[in-house]
Amino acid sequence: MIDFLISRLLSALLVIVGVVCLVFLLIHLIPGDPVDVMLGESARAADREALRHAMGLDQSIVSQLAHYLTGLLQFDLGDSLYAKQSVVGLLVERIPATLQLAFAALLCAFVIALPLGILAALKRGTIWDWGAMSFSTLGISIPNFWLGPMLILFFSLWLGWTPVSGRESSTSLVLPAITLGTGFAAILARMIRSSLLEVLGEDYVRTARAKGLGEPHVLWRHAMRNAWLPVITLIGLQLGALLGGAVVTEVVFDWPGIGTLMIDSIQRRDYPVVQGCVLFVSLTYVLINTVTDIAYGLVDPRIRYGGRP
Amino acid sequence: MIWRWLPLAVMLLWALAAFFGNSLVSGANMVNLDHILDTPGKSGLLGFDDLGRPVLQRLLAGARTSFIVAIGVVTISLMLGTTIGMLAAYQGGWLDLLLVRLIDVFMAFPGILLAIALAGVMGPGLDNLIIALSMVGWVGYARLARGQVLSLRERDHVTAAVALGSSRWVILSRHLLPLLAAPLIVEATFGIAGMVIAEAGLSFLGLGIQPPDASWGSMIRDGTSYMLMAPHLVLAPGVIMLLVVLSLNLLGDQLRDRLDIRFVTEQKMS
Repeated sequence: MIDFLISRLLSALLVIVGVVCLVFLLIHLIPGDPVDVMLGESARAADREALRHAMGLDQSIVSQLAHYLTGLLQFDLGDSLYAKQSVVGLLVERIPATLQLAFAALLCAFVIALPLGILAALKRGTIWDWGAMSFSTLGISIPNFWLGPMLILFFSLWLGWTPVSGRESSTSLVLPAITLGTGFAAILARMIRSSLLEVLGEDYVRTARAKGLGEPHVLWRHAMRNAWLPVITLIGLQLGALLGGAVVTEVVFDWPGIGTLMIDSIQRRDYPVVQGCVLFVSLTYVLINTVTDIAYGLVDPRIRYGGRP
Repeated sequence: MIWRWLPLAVMLLWALAAFFGNSLVSGANMVNLDHILDTPGKSGLLGFDDLGRPVLQRLLAGARTSFIVAIGVVTISLMLGTTIGMLAAYQGGWLDLLLVRLIDVFMAFPGILLAIALAGVMGPGLDNLIIALSMVGWVGYARLARGQVLSLRERDHVTAAVALGSSRWVILSRHLLPLLAAPLIVEATFGIAGMVIAEAGLSFLGLGIQPPDASWGSMIRDGTSYMLMAPHLVLAPGVIMLLVVLSLNLLGDQLRDRLDIRFVTEQKMS
């Protein structure tokens, strides 16, 4: 057990170090001189040198990386070039909005996917199954940045039910959550369907039915209990797509989270903030995956000794 | 059944539009102030945008953009990823360890996030867009190729080839690659769909194709400012893109069923 924990944590740590290095290297992918790009060619020589020095760009790449890593350990990601504020401060301001959106989208996805997935599995091969899976294919294919404007057009502009953008009123969250949740719901419905179908073919489900248990009892107490496990692992893996999609969705609805901060910072050439945003989202993703992995290993001993399910 | 051919037909139309759209109709970037925000029907089949440019012509130009980017990115990622994945699995040892770590690191970046950051840092434009998306795209193919080779390398015909003294490259390219082709083609079909969305997504964010050139994504973004007056500006590119992506996903499903491949590839880019 301890071995399993240590090996998972160590590999997560290795990934984190790799992620940090890659994010650090981002700034060196800027074509030409990063200082020129950030300040513009007309900036005063003294300002340029000051920025170069402040960002450590006058040192060797190894000492820059060491500096970045030690800063990170003290929760210091440098300062924004645009707002006179630390990158960490800016991130902390925006994190609640992004988390709120992500959780709302997740909830929305469950509300859509659970009935669809169960219906499709129970009525396999019927028109219900076909309908649910058609919705799923459509949901996977529809991009957020089109679904969002369509929902705005219909519900905000024509019907006037929800605000067009921002985060001021209590109904502001509805459309962004649906926009971000739909794609996830589509994938989730497929997972629930296939996982449930596998379980429904097992002997113990047949036994439960043979005992004369009612269909709802068989479904919830026997089948779903085991169908959940693979679904939950896959949710962990798919959360990354959700977090990535949140960036686009936030821009569509002008939602004041990490995504809009990142895109605004790209436009302002405020690269330390861009690095901070990428780092925050990917570290969150690694953390979620590691926790899912470990939790799964705790529940199912087979995972501890074998590979992934 | 006839509808099974529908996805393929849409793909064909997309390719034709990409290759011949330019020569059939011209003036995708031509500003015409007399037609600003004209709705469909009045003299242009799909109406005109906020600068009086014809929407139909811009859709065709956008088809070209998305075709070049999606096919280009998937080709580059497929070659890069397959080579890396096969080499890692076949060579084993420290090289495999190193490459697996590299794959893990790239997998740690959620969906389109790394592509946004890369495109944002490198600057907009077609070349940078293809580079940024390829740097994100190779990982999936590498992981798939590695997994497949790990199980295939134990097969008898590979052992026989080794015993006959075939070189590593011959074994990889002649004896293993053909067996990998089916799952890779299925993955690539879904990959093209993902890249169509990714290209449009980056262009929507202003990080991809730059004005005046057309992309379905930037058409949607520009259209959102005039949604009440001219909903066709958002509807037209969205419906076309949805058709193309849907067809690619259906095609992928059909291929997977026909080639009998069991693995999950649904990863949405945005």
